[in-house]
Amino acid sequence: MSHVLSLLVEDRPGLLTRVAGLFARRGFNIESLAVGRSEIEGLSRITVVVDVEELPLEQVTKQLNKLVNVIKIVELDSAQAVTREHMLIKVRVDNTTRSQVLEAVTLFRAQIVDVATDALVIEATGNTGKIQALLRILEPYGIKEIAQSGLLAIGRGSKSITERVYKN
Amino acid sequence: MPTESIPVPTAKARASKEPEMLTGSGAILRTLEHLGIKDVFGLPGGAIIPFYDELMASTTIRHILVRHEQGAGHAAEGYSATGGQVGVCIATSGPGATNLVTAIADAYMDSVPLLAITGQVFSTLMGTDAFQEVDIVGITMPITKHSFLVTDPADVPATLAAAYQIATTGRPGPVLVDITKDAQQKSAPYIWPAKVDLPGYRPVVKAHGKQILAAAELLATAERPVLYVGGGVNRAHASAELLELANATGAPVVTTLMARGVFPDSHHQNLGMPGMHGTVPAVLALQEADLIVSLGARFDDRVTGKPSEFAPLAKIVHVDIDPAEIGKIRMPDVPIVGDAKDVIVDLTSAYADAKKEHAPDIAAWWERLESLREQYPLGYTMPDDGLLSPQQVIQRIGELTGPEGIYAAGVGQHQMWAAQFIKYERPNSWLNSGGAGTMGYAVPAAMGAKVAEPDRVVWAIDGDGCFQMTNQELATCTINNIPIKVAIINNSSLGMVRQWQTLFYEGRHSFTDLNTGHDTVMIPDFVKLADAYGCLAIRVTKQDEVDAAIKLALETNDRPVVIDFIVSRDAMVWPMVPQGVGNSQVQYAKDHAPEWEEE
Repeated sequence: MSHVLSLLVEDRPGLLTRVAGLFARRGFNIESLAVGRSEIEGLSRITVVVDVEELPLEQVTKQLNKLVNVIKIVELDSAQAVTREHMLIKVRVDNTTRSQVLEAVTLFRAQIVDVATDALVIEATGNTGKIQALLRILEPYGIKEIAQSGLLAIGRGSKSITERVYKN
Repeated sequence: MPTESIPVPTAKARASKEPEMLTGSGAILRTLEHLGIKDVFGLPGGAIIPFYDELMASTTIRHILVRHEQGAGHAAEGYSATGGQVGVCIATSGPGATNLVTAIADAYMDSVPLLAITGQVFSTLMGTDAFQEVDIVGITMPITKHSFLVTDPADVPATLAAAYQIATTGRPGPVLVDITKDAQQKSAPYIWPAKVDLPGYRPVVKAHGKQILAAAELLATAERPVLYVGGGVNRAHASAELLELANATGAPVVTTLMARGVFPDSHHQNLGMPGMHGTVPAVLALQEADLIVSLGARFDDRVTGKPSEFAPLAKIVHVDIDPAEIGKIRMPDVPIVGDAKDVIVDLTSAYADAKKEHAPDIAAWWERLESLREQYPLGYTMPDDGLLSPQQVIQRIGELTGPEGIYAAGVGQHQMWAAQFIKYERPNSWLNSGGAGTMGYAVPAAMGAKVAEPDRVVWAIDGDGCFQMTNQELATCTINNIPIKVAIINNSSLGMVRQWQTLFYEGRHSFTDLNTGHDTVMIPDFVKLADAYGCLAIRVTKQDEVDAAIKLALETNDRPVVIDFIVSRDAMVWPMVPQGVGNSQVQYAKDHAPEWEEE
């Protein structure tokens, strides 16, 4: 079963190696990974999707917590969190298919970010289901290339996982 | 957030307002002095020369020049494991650093506080495959508690202070600090005390009161309790507290390989070592228990056997300072995260209250254990080939030296026999490589222990295989006046592997002959080798020479002693639980399994 973990980490050289290495070493498969800055200077946020059962997940979390540069780990329940993926898709088009593709883009509230005579680059954002659905629609036209971000996730409501980090 | 306090700042911060300018090398030395480091083990090379140049002038730190960096690592481990100061090992970049890797991994597995300092190539050369460049921080990530790369001399004091704090607190372990050559050469203001800022490092020490009460309640109602004591009690310096808990509860105690000596062997409640080569009473006590209180132990596979068949009737109270150990192998009924010392104290007092309500009775349990103890005492049969009995040799070393000695073992049969047949009465008197199983640990670890505890007799109980991996440190011992005693239990083979081949591979002894012992070419001749290293070298082949040789070794303190005991190669370690089966299948001796009481 997939779990979404949100890690608050110190932005230090080798940090990603430490986190990724721990997953590999203990035999856990990372489904998706997204890394970026957090709102606190010097801290980054890593969103990891990992496919494990409940018990091994607890072991992963505990082991991650032991990494000195990992400040906090929260598992985000999909019902209590907003999740998004970001994708760039290069689709083959010609004079007959262009308008159909544009229609699909509008329906999915995606955007065209580059136009060539025989291809379009589409930018799409959404949850995993939406992105997959868009891909299915575009597939018949010929997908030349895709670039995809890892899953991003943030808890719903006003609470922040960084809130209490520096108070204790 | 508040700054964490540094555990042992021994010198006061400099009074002057302008911080002194020091080179990075000078800062390393000054920081080590401030941390109270007295002894370090190492070997210089190109990338660490600037620091060695400073070290030469130190009046408070003794540097012991080893012959191989692995020796420095294990010596630092042995030094730490005696329970006093943290061990420090120093190496240059590249191969110097990689030679430390085995010792670092060993310290990680056995939770030994260890500070490893390595030189690194110039920061400007890093990433170019420069001469003697390896990414030692990357290499050691999976085997250190943490590792640091320092490229700026200004970072030296805070980094080393943080490394020291991480290594020595919480669950102890090795920390590596890699310092580039330019960071050693350049200068920066030296500021002490260094501000250690580790927001992601907060070990839980004090346990949850509710959990303690629940554990005490279980302990007061159990009919067949066992205190399962691991190396964590040793690292927490909690022997005295454990003794109180044991006395208060009257419960049987088993001491794992890492915890031999933590609870006195002479104590009536001590059933001995559990696990693959544990005593039958210890193995079956866990197996038949209705409550196991695990104190600083981690349910290692060499203790549990097949985990699904381990202690099937037992409720588990698991006390560990590392939350990740809890529930890793066996789900506990009561998990307790905390320092063993604090938890044991709290548990003892909570038990006193719980006892009043429950009046626990474990007399029937003791009856069963006593009958096991009577039926299956630890023992050995004398070999019929006229050669020495390895068990007897080791037992005599223990008896003639006594419990004030320190015993470091290699890995294999001799290690198990030393765990079984030497009687330990005090913590930190038994040093070995438990988790990693590092052959070659004994000689350098004994050397480190002797440096830490010069007034104690320190034995390396070693095998002929292990001894050949690290005996170069005898040169270090002789030259630096570190008079350790080495007993080579020479069965001319990789004995433990040979035992498995005998038992499980139809006696096909594939590549386990070392040709060092009886009826062989004896290469190398350990007596000549030890003599070449300036040691007193003795060979013992007959039983009536054993005591005299040990006594001579005990009387000789002006140089190291090496005794080559030519023992029978057919002696085996018993009892034994074959790998991969449940512990109820413990064999007392070959084809002789004790009957197991089914409940």
